[in-house]
Amino acid sequence: MLEVRNITKRFGNLVAVKDVSMSVKPGELRAIIGPNGAGKTTFFNMISGYFPPTRGSIEFNGKDVTQVPAHRRVGLGMGRTFQITEIFPELTVRENLLTAAEVAAGQTLNMLPGRAAAKLAGDVATEMMALVGLTSKADRLVGELAHGDQRTTEIGMALAQLPRLLLLDEPTAGMGDEETYAITALIRRLHRDSKYTIVLIEHDMRVVFHLADYITVLDQGALLVEGTPKEIAASEAVQTAYLGGTG
Amino acid sequence: MSTDVATATAASARQPAVPHWAKLVVIWGLLITAPFWLPLVGGYTALAGRVLVFGLAAMGLNLLLGFTGVLSFGHAAYFGLGAYGAGLTLRYLVHSTPLAMIAGTLLGGLAGTLFGLLIVRRRGVYFAMCTIAFGQLWYYLAYSWNDFTGGFDGLRDFHREPIGFGPLTLDITAGPQFYYFLLAVFAIAVGLLGLLVRSPFGHTLRAIRENERRARFLAIPVERQIWLSFSISCFVTALAGTLYALLNNFADPLALHYSLSGYFVVMCVMGGMRTFWGPLLGATVFVVLQDYISSMTVNWMSFVGTIFILVVLFFPRGLLGLRRQRGEK
Repeated sequence: MLEVRNITKRFGNLVAVKDVSMSVKPGELRAIIGPNGAGKTTFFNMISGYFPPTRGSIEFNGKDVTQVPAHRRVGLGMGRTFQITEIFPELTVRENLLTAAEVAAGQTLNMLPGRAAAKLAGDVATEMMALVGLTSKADRLVGELAHGDQRTTEIGMALAQLPRLLLLDEPTAGMGDEETYAITALIRRLHRDSKYTIVLIEHDMRVVFHLADYITVLDQGALLVEGTPKEIAASEAVQTAYLGGTG
Repeated sequence: MSTDVATATAASARQPAVPHWAKLVVIWGLLITAPFWLPLVGGYTALAGRVLVFGLAAMGLNLLLGFTGVLSFGHAAYFGLGAYGAGLTLRYLVHSTPLAMIAGTLLGGLAGTLFGLLIVRRRGVYFAMCTIAFGQLWYYLAYSWNDFTGGFDGLRDFHREPIGFGPLTLDITAGPQFYYFLLAVFAIAVGLLGLLVRSPFGHTLRAIRENERRARFLAIPVERQIWLSFSISCFVTALAGTLYALLNNFADPLALHYSLSGYFVVMCVMGGMRTFWGPLLGATVFVVLQDYISSMTVNWMSFVGTIFILVVLFFPRGLLGLRRQRGEK
């Protein structure tokens, strides 16, 4: 589904990501981990199309998307969330999801309410609200919700665009234990029950080892190892990288 | 305000204190009966006409300001172009009210549409400065082109004409008839605006207002949507401008001046720019105060200014915004 081949990103003299490849199969949940400054976010931004790689190629669903900008990748079936919550605070949960669904349905120039296509988008929004468990808060302003619910709304917005691949940038960032547990359960449900293909960056190792089918470990911009959670937990290279080689 | 309080009390949020239909009945009821009750409170029909004209202009601006989150300080340009377009058509081309309105609306609307293309990538203060500069250009043109526009004295010698529908004639030259003509045009324009803000297109505008970066990542074509919003907003304000010329049988350069652009913004902010009807309320307060206070002192603006500051201090979301805020929190 997603084929990343030998991508490199240079910012001036700094090589942020160096010759990294990754292959994600349909239905897989892939976690990208690594110590601070390992190039996770840069790698992630190239996958989502925030900027193109300096070298290498990215293929999505058999189509070369290396140079396709982020907003066009949405149309191809990539949905993403952000490390810092990005929502529409003074709109309700429903309006947040509805807007996302309407855009995905190609309704941005529809200037009349209540047309068939717009109703369809409304159904998608309702369905995704139920899927992420926000139906009871549908008419609340998102800006008034707790942090965890705001992050959930964001995932709901991504889902409302009917993606085939879901990219989650640190979904539990800034959350307490309870909220982390809830969002982890949600991601697991999306993966196991709804069969979404998911790629995520995450700092919280409990979350990563609980969720991931495969883990990609980056260190200093390069691919360190790749494997199942068991293999990664047993890897000496990973332990050395995380402990900075001094332990 | 802490998140806890918000979470605890917001359960009852979004249950408006007054049902939507009741609000509409009150607004339209007051507008339709205005010629009957206004004299009882010391007003006159032409004053209500001014409220409709400025209210429509402000509601047009508010599509951009309140619903897209983009500030224009130059909407008098499109208002004035509408007024001059209608006036010049009536004076030099044809004695037809509908054609004058179409010509004025097209003149102002198309000027805004073309100008919008140039500035749609600017944001915040830069966008606002561009709109002021472009607006003043038209002011000085009207001001200095004496032979054609009447210069500082304004454009005179034209009158609104009766409208003929085949054998029927709608005589709008008299005050009360013209008020109902104004109200009909106002109702159509506002009705279309109301549909627009509830459409998927309208939703994308609010998304841009709330979080432009997120809107972009949802694949909303932000620049195109802002441009369309600006364009539609200019068409509505230009339409209001044509009505202004018809109301007064006169168009003056001050209808193009940036101070009027500022008044439009004041009307939106005072009435509540996040609400649909706020700008009409703002225009009502503004026009009535102006009429009442300017009969006593030439310094009417300092009074209106004081009231504006009080409103902003005590009702930061505008007069209608307050009601909504109370309902919410």
